[in-house]
Amino acid sequence: MKHARVAYAGAIHAAQPQQLADGRAGVRLADARVIAEDEVVWLPPFEAGTIIALGLNYAAHAKELTFAAQEEPLVFLKGPGTLLGHRGYTRRPADAKFMHYECELAVVIGRSARGVRRTAAMQHVAGYCVANDYAIRDYLENWYRPNLRVKNRDGGTVLGPWLVDAADVPDPGNLGLRTFVNGKLTQLGNTRDLITDVPTLIEYLSSFMTLAAGDVILTGTPEGVVNVEVGDEVACEIDGLGRLHNTIVSDAAFGR
Amino acid sequence: MAVPLPVAVAMDVPPFRLSGTVYGTLLNHRTALAALGSAVDEPPYQGAPKAPVLYVKPRNTLASSNDPVVVPADAPELEIGACLGLVIGRAACRLSEGNAFEHLAGYLIVNDVSVPHLPYYRPSIRFKARDGFCPLGPRVAARAAIANPDALIIRVYVDRELRQTAHTADLVRPVAKLLAEVTEFMTLAPGDVLAVGAAAPAPRVRAGQQVSIEIDGLGRLDNRFVGVGT
Repeated sequence: MKHARVAYAGAIHAAQPQQLADGRAGVRLADARVIAEDEVVWLPPFEAGTIIALGLNYAAHAKELTFAAQEEPLVFLKGPGTLLGHRGYTRRPADAKFMHYECELAVVIGRSARGVRRTAAMQHVAGYCVANDYAIRDYLENWYRPNLRVKNRDGGTVLGPWLVDAADVPDPGNLGLRTFVNGKLTQLGNTRDLITDVPTLIEYLSSFMTLAAGDVILTGTPEGVVNVEVGDEVACEIDGLGRLHNTIVSDAAFGR
Repeated sequence: MAVPLPVAVAMDVPPFRLSGTVYGTLLNHRTALAALGSAVDEPPYQGAPKAPVLYVKPRNTLASSNDPVVVPADAPELEIGACLGLVIGRAACRLSEGNAFEHLAGYLIVNDVSVPHLPYYRPSIRFKARDGFCPLGPRVAARAAIANPDALIIRVYVDRELRQTAHTADLVRPVAKLLAEVTEFMTLAPGDVLAVGAAAPAPRVRAGQQVSIEIDGLGRLDNRFVGVGT
């Protein structure tokens, strides 16, 4: 099943996909109302705990950024204030020269994991969603890379539209990823090219920290990241998980 | 899927509870920057941080006063990062130095425990994100109870012996300036904690030792460091 969290008519609702009678895409709220998908406010589809992100986890993307071989996965952490839902707006500061999207498979933990072997790791996964993890490279510093000013900005980590149950994703190790900017395909990859795959990531992380339900692992992005400008419509898509829309807006939209 | 926080920190001012989100600030104490010497200006760093460099202490690291801290088998010694922690009282976005304090609920002691590591270029989160590596508390002192957070003395005792005395007057970015620069790019939420940065050299401890951190007006944070399986 696919699960969303949406705001509609004064409350936050659990929702699932449901086509409207006239054929438009919509959602069915838990209270049985069926609403057009553009009439609800989409929130991140689950309450995230620890947000774990991978840098340079696709060989071609690592090469794109001229990066040498790694001894262990390159992991960084993010705070909850950066999260944004489907159809949200992300600000591009006027002084930025290189702001790019990153389409990523997000793995949501469903059951506490500590010292889990990769062969048993997938039992701890609740499901998956699409993530778009923006970066503004202008602000990159050489301390504790990537510093939060690059990767933890308000509205810079988009999740959704759905949390898709693990049972409905038979092979997370073979999913196509695509990003479209204003409808044009700019990024294409497949999770089969992950340097460290999902079960190995869970084994690695749980070897030194306890993962809890709601923790989420953003597994990294393939090659094909390009600069985005104010007004761009960015759509990240993963096979079976849906298409996550975001719009780039200016400082002025945020009163700056 | 909300997981309860494993911390007991008394807090009698709004929002009355911690959110569970804790950020640390790298190299925000003059002694910490000075300890790196000329390396700060050399590769791979090429200069001191231009903006605050933060990191996350995730919820699995949070612990209360009197909780034991497990020293991992692969790390004979741990560093004690004794910090002043700012507790956010209301949504803090684009603060100015002039209004920053109004957004604080109060202050608490944070022990930002690390496995000693260098360089600081792209360290593994294994060094800072182990279970129990962020004791904090014992309580949140209300903002009004602390006259000047930039004039506090932090004392670290290991087995009752004074091992470090640090002054918040030596912050590279004092409290209000740090809040202003951080909230320029990220909003802090009520109950979030921002640890303002530890002094160097950090005291090192082994399993079997008792660490107490004192800050005037904030109480004392006590934790015993123990070996795996004890």
